[in-house]
Amino acid sequence: MSAISDFFHAGGYGFYIWASYGAAILLMAGEIAIIKQQYRTILKRLSRMARMNASEEDE
Amino acid sequence: MSINWFKYSSPATFYPLAGKMVPFFGWLAAILMAGGLYWGFFETPDRLSDQKEYYRIIYIHVGAAWMSMWLYIVMAAWALAGLVFQTRLSFMIAKAIAPTGAIATFLALWTGAFWGKTSWGTWWDWDPRMTSELILLFLYMGYMALQSAIDDPRRADRAAALLALVGLVCVPIIFWSINCPDPNECAALHQTSNPGGGNMEPNILIAMLVTAFAFWMYSFAAILMRVRNIILERERHTTWVNELLEEKG
Repeated sequence: MSAISDFFHAGGYGFYIWASYGAAILLMAGEIAIIKQQYRTILKRLSRMARMNASEEDE
Repeated sequence: MSINWFKYSSPATFYPLAGKMVPFFGWLAAILMAGGLYWGFFETPDRLSDQKEYYRIIYIHVGAAWMSMWLYIVMAAWALAGLVFQTRLSFMIAKAIAPTGAIATFLALWTGAFWGKTSWGTWWDWDPRMTSELILLFLYMGYMALQSAIDDPRRADRAAALLALVGLVCVPIIFWSINCPDPNECAALHQTSNPGGGNMEPNILIAMLVTAFAFWMYSFAAILMRVRNIILERERHTTWVNELLEEKG
């Protein structure tokens, strides 16, 4: 077996190890993605509200 | 020279400060995690006599477990500060910590199950430490559920803060749960886990400490990003947020 597949096979424990790492990567990357998405949504909503308020004042 | 310690306790000054700190902690987390994992994967003996290659799970498991407990203490401390000093920002930080803490707790349990299957032959057992860690996950979830169940943010903050403080009792139980007075009664599967005191291979120990520190830096970055969202949401009626929005266009 090549060194790379040996590494991922991990003496037969590959499934257990990579299931642990997979969950960690998924949850942490997911957490950051959700926070960034929330940030964009909040900015969009708040600036729309600000524009509405401004246009009301103009009238 | 006098320093205004309360300068950054105002959301308006903390918001840009947090924004500056996020990339710093984020990069530090990435560099430490890459370095720690490289060391842990390639600079450690391939097979240990008592722990086979599944020891690689340790680099996530220990860091996540430490963060789960530590973040709860920090969350409860900010909640207490909010109750005592009536500062809005303290509650916002406490609220921002909870989801990251819950994720760390879930990861500690998840990786623990995979570790348990390989070393103990079972996914789950009502071992004292596993049980108390599961309760910690429920405490984080309860905190978040209570916070979102109450519409008025100020009342939600105070109620959730009380829950966080009462739940604090769980942390020392997790910490000392491995010192089971009678092993026949509580059947602690977790053995001594004091780093340095055990028979852990030094290279594995170093890699484990580095990755645990990386988890810490990641948590800072994620929490600061989330607290910025909370600040924007809650301070949306203030002039500084409106000025910020005008700048952004």
